[in-house]
Amino acid sequence: MSHAVLDIAGLRCERDDRELFADFDLRIAAAEAVQLRGPNGAGKTTLLRCIAGMHPEYEGSIRLLGAPVSGEQLVFVGHRPGISGLLSAADNLRWHLDLAGWRGAGDVIGAALDRVGLAGYNDVPCQQLSAGQQRRVALARLALPTAEVPLWLLDEPFTALDDAGLELISGLMAERLAGAGAILFTTHQAAPALPGLSTRWIGAPA
Amino acid sequence: MTAPAAGEPSLWVLFRGQLRRDLKLAFGQPSELANPLAFFVVVITLFPLGVSPEPDVLAGMAPGVLWIAALLATLLGLEALFRRDRDDGTLEQMVLRAQPLYLPVVARMLAHWMVTGLPLTLLAPLLGGMLNLAPEARLPLMLGLALGTPVLVLLGGVGAALTVGLRTGGVLLALLVLPLFVPVLILGVSAAELASSGLSPTGPLLWLAAGASFAITTVPFAIAAALRIGVEVG
Repeated sequence: MSHAVLDIAGLRCERDDRELFADFDLRIAAAEAVQLRGPNGAGKTTLLRCIAGMHPEYEGSIRLLGAPVSGEQLVFVGHRPGISGLLSAADNLRWHLDLAGWRGAGDVIGAALDRVGLAGYNDVPCQQLSAGQQRRVALARLALPTAEVPLWLLDEPFTALDDAGLELISGLMAERLAGAGAILFTTHQAAPALPGLSTRWIGAPA
Repeated sequence: MTAPAAGEPSLWVLFRGQLRRDLKLAFGQPSELANPLAFFVVVITLFPLGVSPEPDVLAGMAPGVLWIAALLATLLGLEALFRRDRDDGTLEQMVLRAQPLYLPVVARMLAHWMVTGLPLTLLAPLLGGMLNLAPEARLPLMLGLALGTPVLVLLGGVGAALTVGLRTGGVLLALLVLPLFVPVLILGVSAAELASSGLSPTGPLLWLAAGASFAITTVPFAIAAALRIGVEVG
């Protein structure tokens, strides 16, 4: 059997001396999406941070494509947008491309902003955009070629988005699934219809 | 969408991208850019007013005053070095995605030096003239600052990275890095003082050059490690 994209076994994690989860197992295969649900404070964000390697205090194994997780192979969109308010949307996305060492050609930034409905906002400093528009800039990273990686970790990707935005993002997610990527995301809302979607609860169903 | 181009991820792209972003950020906030420089100029102009306008007294203390003011001006800009990046999540993206983290850290520190240490170095001879610094000491002062301020910025960067997870890191940062600044201060001042008394400033300048080479090559590793911890904390 081939490796699952993400394979978590026997994960036990503490935060501030409180056990968040123990014996947590999760496998996500290629072209599968898992929606993580649970009450506030159940540890959804902590789980994503464990996977991304930003919360080292855990026991158990987390493997990405059968190997230890490496930051190059995943895209993490967290509560903090990863977007600098003083820079324009285009400058922010340019930096994200550079960070991944991408040196392809073509107007991929314009295409990504176009994709999330922000065409024409390229040069506006992000802090002058609305909350929903800033969220769209953060999520425009998913439309960059550097997002074509095995795993997406999205923490509450749908907050502050309108219906059209929600549809855009689920469209991007569906494309990634079609490209054999795997997605783990958290949301409190009903998840959009995605192929290969399952739901996993942390803590008791609310 | 354009297909991703084949080709190795380039380290140069990573370095240049970070440098470009940080310079854009710095020039996007002119007031923060001017703060350390204004501080430097104001402190220097206060000395003739507050201590003594006697040219001989001023000439005697000029190297020390210039160096201390430059050191404090450097310290002024340090606390905010990684704070905003941490708050908006760009720091965690950098730690997560950049391979190796060393390069963007070097670019970050270079950008910071270009907007603090470099203008301080260029301003120093002008302010030295105001303090009646001996003309033959101007070049050694500038050289000392050009070699010393990168060390100050890098050592300060370690302190800023270590305190990035704390809400109020200002005082702790000063306590952490000021003792480390002392050797740079002593060497820099002695170079300028030797020159103003007609001796060769080469010795302390070479020490400063050695310190700068060592700091530029090794300290970014420490900053990168501290930033990783800072991101993990919260």
